[in-house]
Amino acid sequence: MIDVQHLSKRYGSFQAVDDISFEVERGDVVGFLGPNGAGKTTTIRILTCYHPASSGSATVAGFDVFSQSLEVRRRIGYLPEAAPLYTEMRVREYLRFRGKLRGMTHPDIVKAIGRVTDLCWLSEFIDRPIGQLSKGMRQRVGLADAIMHDPEVLILDEPTIGLDPTQIRETRNLIKDLGARHTILLSSHILPEVEQVCSRTIIIANGKIVAGGSPAELREKLSSKGRIVAEVRGPRPEIETGVRSISGVQKVDISNVDGWVRVSVESSPERDVREDIFRLTSSNGWSLREIHREGGTLEDFFIQVISEQAGDRAAREKTPVGWDGPRVTGNLKR
Amino acid sequence: MQKTLTMMQRELGAYFLSPIAYVVTAVFVFTSGLVFGLGVFQPGGEASLRELFDVWMLLILVFVLPMLTMRLFSEELRSGTIETLMTAPITETQVVLGKFLGAFAFFLVLLGTLILYPILLASYGPVDFRLLLCNLLGLLLLGGLYLSVGLFFSVCTRHQIIAVLVSFVLLALLTFAAQGLAPYVAWAWPRVLLQQLSIRAHFHEFVRGMLDLNHVVFFLSTTAAFLFFTVKMLEKRRW
Repeated sequence: MIDVQHLSKRYGSFQAVDDISFEVERGDVVGFLGPNGAGKTTTIRILTCYHPASSGSATVAGFDVFSQSLEVRRRIGYLPEAAPLYTEMRVREYLRFRGKLRGMTHPDIVKAIGRVTDLCWLSEFIDRPIGQLSKGMRQRVGLADAIMHDPEVLILDEPTIGLDPTQIRETRNLIKDLGARHTILLSSHILPEVEQVCSRTIIIANGKIVAGGSPAELREKLSSKGRIVAEVRGPRPEIETGVRSISGVQKVDISNVDGWVRVSVESSPERDVREDIFRLTSSNGWSLREIHREGGTLEDFFIQVISEQAGDRAAREKTPVGWDGPRVTGNLKR
Repeated sequence: MQKTLTMMQRELGAYFLSPIAYVVTAVFVFTSGLVFGLGVFQPGGEASLRELFDVWMLLILVFVLPMLTMRLFSEELRSGTIETLMTAPITETQVVLGKFLGAFAFFLVLLGTLILYPILLASYGPVDFRLLLCNLLGLLLLGGLYLSVGLFFSVCTRHQIIAVLVSFVLLALLTFAAQGLAPYVAWAWPRVLLQQLSIRAHFHEFVRGMLDLNHVVFFLSTTAAFLFFTVKMLEKRRW
């Protein structure tokens, strides 16, 4: 349904999207996950034909977004971030206008408005001016607009941003329901959201795809990625060199906590370095008051990926440190 | 075509929902009424609207029409609705033409308020209706040009104030200053160009009742040029 190949986009000297490739199959609900400024909106804008790509290609529903833009736009429903609407129009008027823009006939429009008002709980304020509606209601109007022509592909940019918790839950449920009928690509920077709604995720940071898979796989990668934290009493420089010399250790953070030295160690996932740390401390006669494993969070993951990319850039083509899960830059087909 | 009309309908409808359009209408009716009452509708005067059209109407329209066009794109750029609009299956040309026609339709509403004046004049003396038709044609062409210039500056900025000011300055210069400035230009071809661009000189022929294809072509081609620039500015985002 969506096929993206080596897509790049630069704004002046800023590389917003850097050579990404992925595919979305018919019927998939794919979550596009990344921190703010990762390139999610840029990618979405390219897919919806709003911006052109600097290089690479993308097709949606079999049509090229650049050369067959009208065909693509006919087949997508798009909810931009913040759901911009004409505030002076009434909801019904707006939907009618949007239907006509898409070349729908009058009876079709009437039918579609009936369907989407039910689906998006719009019936109480269908004849109210959009300017009077709250943020959450507007979001639903935007969503109603995106699905009214029953598009093959639905693209939602941060569909729950700015909503209150009840509205977030309602919107997620709605998206889940829609997933049964449409191929959906949605962007988000919240992991639980993507976990609940999507069958597959693509993680993007600094314009690059850094990981992908089902939400469960992702959760697994994050937790196996965890770090070991130990608190040791002893001379700090010796502790640091000792820990660094343990094989498999990739990254060491050292800090002082009320007289103890707190060591935070990241290692390759197949190596459990807890025993090595214990042996190190006992052989040197240092006392050890705590050693435990911390599960990785998505935030950690993002931060790590970003710093890793910065390191990568500095030492290009050297063995990358840190994240060593599947380094997805090619196809992300399941 | 259908989509252009849809777009036009929306823009025309939006005017009736916006306070700016009502203020613009009030200003238009008030100022044109003032000129008519004090300048044209006098005992012993000529039974024509030449007095109103020759300078005053130009002055009023230079002010009023950019206010109609300023929000057409600037507002969409500011609020982000341009994104929903341009990701719908509609071409840039359809959007620009639709917005232009919407503004033009509202301009017709403004002109409609003038209908009372010839009727009043006719009850006091013979009105040359062919002259009036020629004046009207001139006004329509002039309005089209002003609206297309306003539309162009509206697509250039997300600030309505900038759009309205820049169009106002450019239109005022081309309308009133081009001919006056021309003699001071030393080089031959810019001088001729400036003279040729004088909107008032072209419009004056319509006010005199001269229907010369030259001037019709001037208005139509400049309007088309600005609409074309507007389409290109809107497409620029794609490049």
